[in-house]
Amino acid sequence: MKIWKALTMSAAALAMSGTAALAEWQPRKPVELIIMAGTGGGADQIARLLQGLIQKNGMSPRPFIPINKPGGSGAEALSYMKGKEGDNHTLLVALNSFYTTPLIQEELEIDVTSFAPIGRMAMDTFLLWVNAENEDITDLDSYIAAVKEKDGAWKVGGTGMGQEDSILTAMMEKELGYNVTYIPFPGGGTVAKNLVGNQVDSTVNNPSEQMEFWRAGNAKPLVQFNGERTAPFEDVPTAKELGADIEYYMQRSISGPAGMDPEAIAWYQNLFEELFNSEEWQAYCESDGLTCEQFLTGDDLSAFHEAQLKRHEELIESVGADAIMSK
Amino acid sequence: MDSIITLLGAGLLQSFEPLNLAMIFLGCLAGLFIGAMPGLGSVNGVAILLPVTFLVPPTSAIIFLAALYYGAMYGGAVSSITLGIPGASTAVATVFDGRPMAQKGKADQALMAAAIASFIGGTISVILFTGFAPPLAAFALKFGPQEEFALMLLAFATFIGLGGDDIPKTIFSILIGLVMATVGFDIISGKPRLIFFDMVDFQRGIEFLVLAIGIYGIGEMIWTLEHTKGGIQMHKVEIGFKRIVDNLRQVKQYFGTATMGSFIGFFVGTLPAAGATPAALMSYGLAKTFSKDGDSFGKGNVAGVAAPEAANNAASTGSMLPMLTLGIPGSPTTAILLGGMIIWGLRPGPLLFAESPDFVWGLIGSMYVANFVTVVLNIALIPVFIRVLAMPFSVLAPIIFILCTVGVYATTDRMFDTWLMLFLGCMGYLMRKLNYPVAPAVLAIVLGPLTEQSLRQSLIGSQGDPMTFLERPISLTVILLAVALICYPIVNSFLKRRKTVKIAE
Repeated sequence: MKIWKALTMSAAALAMSGTAALAEWQPRKPVELIIMAGTGGGADQIARLLQGLIQKNGMSPRPFIPINKPGGSGAEALSYMKGKEGDNHTLLVALNSFYTTPLIQEELEIDVTSFAPIGRMAMDTFLLWVNAENEDITDLDSYIAAVKEKDGAWKVGGTGMGQEDSILTAMMEKELGYNVTYIPFPGGGTVAKNLVGNQVDSTVNNPSEQMEFWRAGNAKPLVQFNGERTAPFEDVPTAKELGADIEYYMQRSISGPAGMDPEAIAWYQNLFEELFNSEEWQAYCESDGLTCEQFLTGDDLSAFHEAQLKRHEELIESVGADAIMSK
Repeated sequence: MDSIITLLGAGLLQSFEPLNLAMIFLGCLAGLFIGAMPGLGSVNGVAILLPVTFLVPPTSAIIFLAALYYGAMYGGAVSSITLGIPGASTAVATVFDGRPMAQKGKADQALMAAAIASFIGGTISVILFTGFAPPLAAFALKFGPQEEFALMLLAFATFIGLGGDDIPKTIFSILIGLVMATVGFDIISGKPRLIFFDMVDFQRGIEFLVLAIGIYGIGEMIWTLEHTKGGIQMHKVEIGFKRIVDNLRQVKQYFGTATMGSFIGFFVGTLPAAGATPAALMSYGLAKTFSKDGDSFGKGNVAGVAAPEAANNAASTGSMLPMLTLGIPGSPTTAILLGGMIIWGLRPGPLLFAESPDFVWGLIGSMYVANFVTVVLNIALIPVFIRVLAMPFSVLAPIIFILCTVGVYATTDRMFDTWLMLFLGCMGYLMRKLNYPVAPAVLAIVLGPLTEQSLRQSLIGSQGDPMTFLERPISLTVILLAVALICYPIVNSFLKRRKTVKIAE
């Protein structure tokens, strides 16, 4: 009996030392999950879902705490990350303003390529939404007609000048030949609420921000900006199908600050890959119209970020920074 | 109506299940302490306690978190009254009269008033929530930027009389607050502005809690040190049965104020933009404006404790509404609740009430119970809380100092903010010494950003036409109310003067 006990104990000790060798680095204090957008938006929901999954499945010895820093189209969050250089307990939940804000606000001197690439969790869909009460607007053509009729006073709600939705709005203005008034709100959730309350005329929100209102019959999607029709929006045509040359996605990725220890980077990369492959995450992607086919990390992710930076530079150049930053 | 009663009955039954009842009790107790500790805000508290909720079914879990949130709202008043440090930003207005009451040896009265007013606020708001959630959600949608701006104007109007008689000094104080509110990133253009001395740390702006803890915690500490010379503030701590009965008798003095505060709080709380802090400040301002002895506010009037406490509790219930029906959390704490819901597969939105009635009504039922539990816990713990005041101030001052420093650092995680808090604390002390009212500055830094944002959103939308504020019925009504409130004290003092002149004649 005694021998048996000793055996199991040493086996347990072996197993433990084995795990310890695999994961030498572990968070030693709560990890800040910085969200570069307001509460209720897509990035916010994702961060909170991930936080919950990490805690529920006991994937980290310390909790992850989501913190919203929506100021200045993500500039607040990026400056904060810049100040956290070398910190192993801060992560950024990034969206496309990760590229655009440093490009537009050069004075911030933020180089996102220096950030530690942890993982790309998804590519999110953009849709054009209008209030369901607009019975005359049924497709892109009737939408364009309605916008042109307002002669520039058509109100598009978004999350801030220089944010991805303002770029998409500028792309649409250029491609479809009209002008709109862009009104910034502090987050995608607030934008959705203002559309349903008829305070703005249209939005280009991501599904997770607008879906519940769609299900309730308050808002309807007209166009999606993915290359191909994405579930659950199989009935919504893509812009390309309709002859408008616009294809635009929202990246959902996680980054660490510059100078994060390689051991910590490896630990987080591992963690988020596990999260990406979890049933819960894949189910969320499916229900909320995100594309989650491939997990990108390390050098692949860095290459992806660089390509996206270049693409956004071109986009901003083609629509003109003024089109995004002013009215 | 019948169905609501049935649903609510089922919800109440659900919250009386042993597990849920235990969750409510634990949540309230934990919340009370989290709220009472400055720095351990409900955000961190709820985030750290989130794992606990994975051990129980979703409805019990959200009940636990809601109870925690509730408890924290009560708890915030405790450190506001006993130490003069707002335990949470929502409890700032509670300091205005709670602290002077404590210094006069009436801390138990103030704590009792806070507990009972919170109970009134919680009860009225949960009844409103039960009866009118869907129409109120529809009404909240009618609130665009124009209406938000009008509401902010109303909030400022309630504070016209707050600074006392010295109007130039009040205006100066408001302006200081507004200047501090503008520091950091501009939400509309996304550009940094008013970065003092080009210090990068100012880009993040001056957080409200840094100012509030600085001015009230540190400023008040220096002030009290100067006056008590380190002695004991409250010599006799008598807690007898008779005293409690006497305190309970006082309820009629502030029942009306608390009821008014509850309605204001609930209404402001249901609007996604605002939240509990503006609600509490507005309720305080209105209570003062319409009080018979408005002059005694700020010097230890029990109604000045009841008004904000009723409002912040009512607002915390109110802010559940936009979270559940619109998916927009009104505060960082409700944001965590929202996160919890997403993990459990409950999608907040207009369909939640119809699709998950068990969850929604279980939550509503638990609010009734949580409200009752917290008031009992609170009154039972008053003797413990006021022990604090029996300590000599030479012992208490260092404790306050540590709590303030740790509190600020824990909230923002920046040494810069800690230094800023100390600087603002010294500034607060000087302002007090020179008879500048500090409350208007606090109000301005809370409401400034909301006001600016809604004003600019409205004007962008109307292509720069200011008539947009008067063309919309709700906005027009609120603006007229604000104008009436601004004129009321002026007319009132004019009438009073005429009266005294007549008597003199």
